[in-house]
Amino acid sequence: MAGHVSHHSSSHAPAQGPTERLAIRCLLIGLALLFVGLFLLLPLASVFGEAFGRGLKPYLEALRDPRTLESLRLTVLLAVIVVPLNIVFGVAAAWAITRFRFPGKPLLVTLIDLPFAISPVVVGVMLLVLFGAQGYFGPWLREHDFRIVFALPGMVLATLFVTIPFVARELIPLMQSRGPDLEEAALTLGASGWQTFWHVTLPGVRWAVLYGVILANARAMGEFGAVYVVSKPVPGEIPLALWVDTLNSEHQGTAAFAVASLLAFLAIATLVVKAWLESRQHREMARGQTSHSE
Amino acid sequence: MSIELRSVSKRFGDVAAVDQVSFSVADRELVALLGPSGGGKTTVLRMIAGLETPSAGDLFIGGHRVNEVPVQDRNIGFVFQNYALFPTMTVSDNIAFGLKVRKWKPADSAARVEELLGVFGLEGLARRFPHQLSGGQRQRVAIARALAPRPQLLLLDEPFAAVDAKIRQELREWLVRLHNELHVTTLFVTHDQEEAMEVASRIVIFSRGRLEQIGSPREVYEQPVNEFVARFIGVLNVLEGPVQKGEARIGELVFPSHGIPDGGTLRIGFRPYAVQLSRNLGEFPFTATLRHTYFLGILLRVEIELDSGLVIKARVTKEDYARLGLADGVRVSFQIREYRVLSSEAGPLAPEVPTSPQPDIAVGI
Amino acid sequence: MSSPRPRVLPGFRLTLGFTVFYLSLLLLIPLGALLLRSTQLGWAEFWHHVSSPRALAAYRLTFTASALAGLINVVGGTLLAWVLTRYRFPGRRLLDALIDVPFALPTAVGGLALASVYSPTGWMGRWFARGSALGDLFGPDGLKLAYSRIGVVIALTFVSLPFVVRTVQPVLESLDRSIEEAAACLGAGRGRTFLTVILPALIPSILTGFTLAFARAAGEFGSIQFISSNVPFKTQIAPQLIIEKLDAYELEGAVAIAVFLLAISFVILAAINLLEGWTRRFQS
Repeated sequence: MAGHVSHHSSSHAPAQGPTERLAIRCLLIGLALLFVGLFLLLPLASVFGEAFGRGLKPYLEALRDPRTLESLRLTVLLAVIVVPLNIVFGVAAAWAITRFRFPGKPLLVTLIDLPFAISPVVVGVMLLVLFGAQGYFGPWLREHDFRIVFALPGMVLATLFVTIPFVARELIPLMQSRGPDLEEAALTLGASGWQTFWHVTLPGVRWAVLYGVILANARAMGEFGAVYVVSKPVPGEIPLALWVDTLNSEHQGTAAFAVASLLAFLAIATLVVKAWLESRQHREMARGQTSHSE
Repeated sequence: MSIELRSVSKRFGDVAAVDQVSFSVADRELVALLGPSGGGKTTVLRMIAGLETPSAGDLFIGGHRVNEVPVQDRNIGFVFQNYALFPTMTVSDNIAFGLKVRKWKPADSAARVEELLGVFGLEGLARRFPHQLSGGQRQRVAIARALAPRPQLLLLDEPFAAVDAKIRQELREWLVRLHNELHVTTLFVTHDQEEAMEVASRIVIFSRGRLEQIGSPREVYEQPVNEFVARFIGVLNVLEGPVQKGEARIGELVFPSHGIPDGGTLRIGFRPYAVQLSRNLGEFPFTATLRHTYFLGILLRVEIELDSGLVIKARVTKEDYARLGLADGVRVSFQIREYRVLSSEAGPLAPEVPTSPQPDIAVGI
Repeated sequence: MSSPRPRVLPGFRLTLGFTVFYLSLLLLIPLGALLLRSTQLGWAEFWHHVSSPRALAAYRLTFTASALAGLINVVGGTLLAWVLTRYRFPGRRLLDALIDVPFALPTAVGGLALASVYSPTGWMGRWFARGSALGDLFGPDGLKLAYSRIGVVIALTFVSLPFVVRTVQPVLESLDRSIEEAAACLGAGRGRTFLTVILPALIPSILTGFTLAFARAAGEFGSIQFISSNVPFKTQIAPQLIIEKLDAYELEGAVAIAVFLLAISFVILAAINLLEGWTRRFQS
């Protein structure tokens, strides 16, 4: 984030000094565009190209398919369950880690990052080991006629696992850099713990929370591997990302791309909100800096 | 190597950072570029180095026009304000960098690095990395690195800004000694007039991108060309009052109109040393109360307040202060030996007007 | 950095308690269950599953393809970070935003799209297909991009693309421009300045980015499901082998391979932590 501030200032006073010849600059920019074009832009464009390639009618038909609508409902439901829990966890973890000293803190921080390093498929296997037919709780669950894997609870658990780091990772460095001064000041003024949190802490970190939320939301709606392991490929009972896979393996190309385009719209919306949040953050930091220097 | 700037300008967008600046520096001179921040002095230094390209005008080094010569080919030693040491290289690799680029033989390069480590008192630090050095050590490495390829010019950007006051004094003396030994044309940028006066043989004063004056420390102090220079170099009393019936009244003080018509405003300026004080209230025409004494070393600055509330700064030596029996709160009489008429803010200065029959000019800061 | 003071602020028990509870329930118990299950296998059986020829072939493809994707991203990502921080050109902000597409786009969609673009009839794949001018250079069958090992590398490059850019970019932005000017004053050209002054300062962040990209790629499954033909010994990656074992109701085999991948994740995570400490040294 510090870097983005320097972005800001350098656009003010053009950084002169040594730079490359124009031809080299153009070449490097061209190569960078080519790289992004081949790996990012072309695939993104092809989603829409293939989805709308046969016209609007088959596209809308694919989306109107009740199985697609069920998948969409399930996808949204997953996000609605997972994201709020992720916020509560992220805020609680950041508060504990940045405001208190306790043994084992580095271990805790590492644990929060762990899901980024673990393959989603391995996460799915973990849940099968616990709740699958051959798993530790498998027999007990069958006796009581309660299903976790190959049902919604399993998908929720898988998604919760892979999204653990998102909000916490945005909040911890920010709250660390702010320090406890403001909260302590609020306490000396007689505020209660909750008042301090609502009126002092939260307003300062709300954009970081939102930033974590949109990324967690994108992951929750798009998670594939972990959910794949703990779900049965029954049309209408899987989220959109898996429904794309089913359609694709049934060679329903246009339908697969039509459903994929929904997720691509989600991705574009995520990127737009993310860019908006970042520019907002720059402005706030720039303001913070000038008010400091005055 | 000599340097000459002819009507050099530098614009950043709509802002003229340097506006039509011309001056020249002779071979082996030690020159300060002085001015408030934003005055354009650093931009001038960077243009001489080739780190910025002039928008207009011509730049000569050693008699050759160098506007189009890239920085790499100018053979300049540049010392950056924050030293800009290469963080991933040791002290000796930093110093050797310019030699390696110029394809010196490894043996020659090693010998040169050894020599410079000795000259700069860095012997034990050759294998250290910049982040393991103190501020003063970093600065010496930066200067050694700049000097290693035997540059024709040494340019320093605010070289003493980042060290604390005590070391700064040592470094100033050291820079003068270094310059005397090396005989390399040296320019340094500073915003500290005291530093410029103490170190440089000539001072170039900038303000708002324009060159205000160039001259020896004594010249710019005693014969400032305008109010800006007069105020920037040393302390200046500035008084102003309306002209009526051919004379200007400023508190109890009366000055001739100096050609300013009735209804106009007369502004005058004078140095603290031009104020003569006495405990004998009859000795000089005006009386005032000594309000405050500032001890500056062997010189003292005193503020005297006239009955009208007008405050004037004066300067006396420690001996005179004791001999005259001065102290805060005593009544004194005073006169202003000489002053200048200031036409308008930052405008040119009229010649000095002596008010006493024998103006004995005091010298110093 | 202000170190947290003793417990003046409220909420310590509540927040730490909830954090530990949440992590235990969602992360530690599943993790522990997996490890426990693997110990029940016995060493011989564990080793049998982990070192079967199919598993070895799957690891080899997973890790070489991930390393290749990481290397492509080291070059492309450093280039992108350079261009984004050093040059001003129309569309720069859009380019900057596009870098995060792999974070925002579900990998399934990425895989589906890449498979289509790089298939023999796709926008890119057709230039290398059988009978095309470029394809003929690679033999009578042309060069198969999607559904081959190349396709695996392409997909892994896609999913791990942001990491190198996003680790190098802030370092490059905070890098003191005057050290480049110092190098220029000492006579160094731009190429030399980049190689001897700038690149050494970027190396820790480039390595961190590579490791993050590698870790992400080595665990990837979603996009591979679409772009790989999943042929054992040829185009099957380790997570696909786990799925295959699960489909065959061989939970034991799946557990063994999962634990092996998990162990590698821990090694990578340790490497990342070391590298990040190293990066910070050059950043301020």
